[in-house]
Amino acid sequence: MKGRWLKLYAWFAYGFLYLPILILMLLSFNASRTSSVWKGFTLDWYVKLLSNDLLWEAVRNSLVVAVSAAALSTVLGTMTALALNRNRIPGRMLVEGLLYLPLILPDIVLGVGALVLFTALGIKLGLGTILAAHVGTSISYVVMVLRARLADMDQNLEDAARDLGATPWQTIRYVTLPLLAPAILAGGLLAFTLSLDDFILSFFTAGPGATTLPLRIYGMVKTGLTPEVNALSTVLLLLTGLATYLYQRLTKNGDKA
Amino acid sequence: MTPGPATSRPSPWKGWAILAPGVLWLLALVAAPLVLMLLYSLASRLAAGSPWPEGFSGEHYIRLIDPLYFKIFVRSIFQASLAALFSLALGYPLAYYIARSPLAKRDRLLLLVIIPFWTNFLVRTYAWMVMLRAQGVVNSLLMATGLISEPLPLLYNEVAVQVGLVYTLMPLLILPLYANLEKMDQRLLDAASDLGATPSAAFWSVTWPLSRPGVLLGCMMVFISAFGMYLVPDLMGGARSIMVGNLIQNQFLQARNWPFGAAAALALTAIVLGLALLVQRWGRLDGQGVRR
Repeated sequence: MKGRWLKLYAWFAYGFLYLPILILMLLSFNASRTSSVWKGFTLDWYVKLLSNDLLWEAVRNSLVVAVSAAALSTVLGTMTALALNRNRIPGRMLVEGLLYLPLILPDIVLGVGALVLFTALGIKLGLGTILAAHVGTSISYVVMVLRARLADMDQNLEDAARDLGATPWQTIRYVTLPLLAPAILAGGLLAFTLSLDDFILSFFTAGPGATTLPLRIYGMVKTGLTPEVNALSTVLLLLTGLATYLYQRLTKNGDKA
Repeated sequence: MTPGPATSRPSPWKGWAILAPGVLWLLALVAAPLVLMLLYSLASRLAAGSPWPEGFSGEHYIRLIDPLYFKIFVRSIFQASLAALFSLALGYPLAYYIARSPLAKRDRLLLLVIIPFWTNFLVRTYAWMVMLRAQGVVNSLLMATGLISEPLPLLYNEVAVQVGLVYTLMPLLILPLYANLEKMDQRLLDAASDLGATPSAAFWSVTWPLSRPGVLLGCMMVFISAFGMYLVPDLMGGARSIMVGNLIQNQFLQARNWPFGAAAALALTAIVLGLALLVQRWGRLDGQGVRR
């Protein structure tokens, strides 16, 4: 393909990606309640958002789950990645297969699976069950991010530490972990985002009163499209843009280190 | 790992001390549910007043071949294949364009793909509902220009589902494909053109075969995600465009036929895992074939 045509085509594809969300952002300032025809500028929908208590409760629930899920899966994922790094581990193939499953299985299978598990064991559904399900999938993502970084890391540094008499623990504490820090942070951020964005797992593992933000948005979208959802979407889009930018910065620094 | 004497040679089992917590979590929340679902799918029914199944039967798997349900699987495979093809048609040139851009611009262009990808899935699906619904953007525009007098039924059909699938899943193809194209040795293309190849001949004989592992991986990601999709057909489709994900959800939450729902979920799992293994093996062979 010639350069000019390629460029045109590429920007057409970007247009496809961005046009709907840009229009959505624009409509969040539209005074009309029902139509997509411009009826003047308003901030009403944003004001409505601020006083939507159900929504704020969902935001709080989502943040509690996402922060806990990020913390737990980062700790568990880091331990797993370190154990799999170089060490000869009995049963490695099984562990690798187990780690691969959440990356490849459709969310709906993981979701109904978790529902079956909790119900069969008589565990009450709530924020705790959502958290458990989220951690179950995001460990794999954290491990994936960390192993990419470990593969690039200079093994000589760890060898040198060991030669200088560091215990395995000291090597990990003073050499490996500091070198891994950006990747650990990136993995945590990924787990946080996955949890915050998750709909399906939460849909099947949430009990009454344990509504997360995506579940609340789903409810709003299902019961009729109101411009409030446009405003909420705009806020989320801006936050995502910012988070994505930060994530890129973090992983980039990792490349340079 | 606990601090221990540096002198002792670590036993291979020692690594399990730090491996065990993560593995246990995965066993409990990923492996155990799959085993449980296998038990449910082979049972006759749920026991009365208990969440456990009773009886033994293969009827639920046989029921999957009933045209009523088989049709849903066929539709899902069709929609997912189409979504992979459209994503490739739209995404390949974009990934190629980013990979060929000057280094300084590349990160920004890539960020433009990643931002929609990281945006809440519901928001992205909802954006197209706003475009396509009866009082939506497209219908309003068409009516304002006088092309139509009544809104067109753009939403709640299979075409709308397809648009939603391509829109939400295309980044899954672009990102691995970009990673593949970016690593490609520019000198190979230079060599091809030095040897008299036209740009299109160079593309089809050098770039395309070398990018095949990326294409395969990207298409597989889109296909698998589309195949098990719940939200897009639920929000953008109608009763006649439901997919496997909706069938499973329905059996678990509405029809309350857990054994049948579990059978459908495991059928979905088997197809997805089979495909992933196939593509992995195929990609490896393919990669060897074209590597210099």
